[in-house]
Amino acid sequence: MSDKNPDFSLDHNSDHNVIDKTTIQKIAKLARIEIAPEREDTLCGELSTIISWVEQLGECDTAHVEPLASVTGHSLPMRDDVVTSGDDPDAVLSNAPEEASHFFVVPKVVE
Amino acid sequence: MTDVSSLVEGRTGKWEVVIGLEVHAQVSSQAKLFSGASAAFGAGPNEHVSLVDAAMPGMLPVINQFCVEQAVKTGLGLNAEINLFSIFDRKNYFYADLPQGYQISQYKQPIVGEGSITITLADGSTRDIGIERLHLEQDAGKSMHDQHPSKSYIDLNRSGVALMEIVSRPDMRSAEEAAAYVSKLRAILRFLGTCDGNMEQGSLRADCNVSVRRPGEELGTRTETKNLNSIRFIAQAINSEVARQIEIIEDGGTIDQETRLFDTSTGQTRTMRSKEDAHDYRYFPDPDLLPLELDAAWVETLRQSLPELPDALRTRLMDEFGLSAYDAGLISEDRDTAAWYEAAAAGRDAKLVANWMTVELFGALNRMGLDLADSPVRPDQLGQLVERISDGTISGRIAKDVFAIMLEDGADPDQVIEEKGFKQVSDTGAIEAIIDTVLAENTDKVDEYRGGKDKLFGFFVGQVMKASKGQANPGVVNDLLRQKLNG
Repeated sequence: MSDKNPDFSLDHNSDHNVIDKTTIQKIAKLARIEIAPEREDTLCGELSTIISWVEQLGECDTAHVEPLASVTGHSLPMRDDVVTSGDDPDAVLSNAPEEASHFFVVPKVVE
Repeated sequence: MTDVSSLVEGRTGKWEVVIGLEVHAQVSSQAKLFSGASAAFGAGPNEHVSLVDAAMPGMLPVINQFCVEQAVKTGLGLNAEINLFSIFDRKNYFYADLPQGYQISQYKQPIVGEGSITITLADGSTRDIGIERLHLEQDAGKSMHDQHPSKSYIDLNRSGVALMEIVSRPDMRSAEEAAAYVSKLRAILRFLGTCDGNMEQGSLRADCNVSVRRPGEELGTRTETKNLNSIRFIAQAINSEVARQIEIIEDGGTIDQETRLFDTSTGQTRTMRSKEDAHDYRYFPDPDLLPLELDAAWVETLRQSLPELPDALRTRLMDEFGLSAYDAGLISEDRDTAAWYEAAAAGRDAKLVANWMTVELFGALNRMGLDLADSPVRPDQLGQLVERISDGTISGRIAKDVFAIMLEDGADPDQVIEEKGFKQVSDTGAIEAIIDTVLAENTDKVDEYRGGKDKLFGFFVGQVMKASKGQANPGVVNDLLRQKLNG
């Protein structure tokens, strides 16, 4: 296993960024935020450093370790199939920037 | 193996169609998957919404145990593997009707693994269609775009409603098979009671993945047509998509992997979003939810308590009542139809009851636009009618007249037979008298018959039946006529 793991250093000045500008813009699009072109270089460096730092985990041999989805050891609590809430559209809409006839109103979104 | 019978003929040769379906079935629960708001259809806007469904900060999902149980039951009904350990993941995307910014779903470790469904086609042949998985997930809210020129209106009533997504293998080869698959799946869900299968209200919707290829070659590029809410639309969408893809390829083009919508007014599919905009869902385990662990003994208890399913019922109808595969298939489509049949057939000529039910009754209900539940004729009344045919009180032809009257006023067949004087005449004296009159009125034909024109026998039978207003017992008429003509 371990021979497949690349040796990531924590060198901030690495000119071999694992995150390129295209990826920055893709992430920005998925997150619905706008990234100005002049910020791309900085973000490439910062995100690449973070990724490289997390990549250190790759040094651990996990070949025989089950993936862990919870650390508490508790089991999933469940509810009965009973209606216990709802019927209060005014409360649900109380923080809505805009509403009409108990609908949320948002800028038009049509796919 | 390529099934030659389902190939589609193009301009340049034959094409094989490959179809896989993702069906979303709403769990028939009172409350939603992770909140205590009602899952019922038809409330006013945002009335069935809890603060969890509206994704208010600090709200935590708590899973509905009943929904888990229904998913397991459905898995068992699909002969599928039940995963005792499964995980809820966040499927991330932005849309106005998804206030969390992610849908809670199951990605790599779903609650139900591989299974299969046996479908029956019109020619009576059967095929097994593989099920890849079934997982639990939340439904999204509903957007309306036609209320305002620049705004969309959002209703979150469906947000968080429990859905079972049932994913098939790409095992279907025609629209007919896809339609049979959805019918069968819906029947299984209804028999189990885990989903009401109501497609008009959106309790059952299908996404169709369709591609075409030359027989035996590699899979072609597929398109996905979303959100089809009737079996007829599923078949139409597949056929129109197959024709479109074949035409593009035969014209030298290539198919784009894309999501398409079906336009019910034109019967055609159109682009919804292309591959370039394809979602990147960034699935990861939902930190708000622990893994779902099931007790093997509990699953076994559910398995033991499963009701009779369509296939078992169909087999029983064939074994116990001697029905044809076709009739048994029709009658086992839903539990109420089967119960109606069993009530009508008990102690009677079961095949004849099946025939009357599927031909005369279904035909009449269809014409009247009624469901079986609203049938003016009750099961015991149809059974009684068939009994009167079996015991010779009326002929099959007269029975149709009696049935027509029963449909009109819901009367008992015995009452109709009595009041209208429909009773079949088996009294040889009365029939002999009629025969004598008929023969006396047709002496020329009698001579011809005796001269060797055997075919005239049918003519005499017809005349006697007519003279008796259809009430003479045809068997007795035949015997007596033969005696008199040949004697």
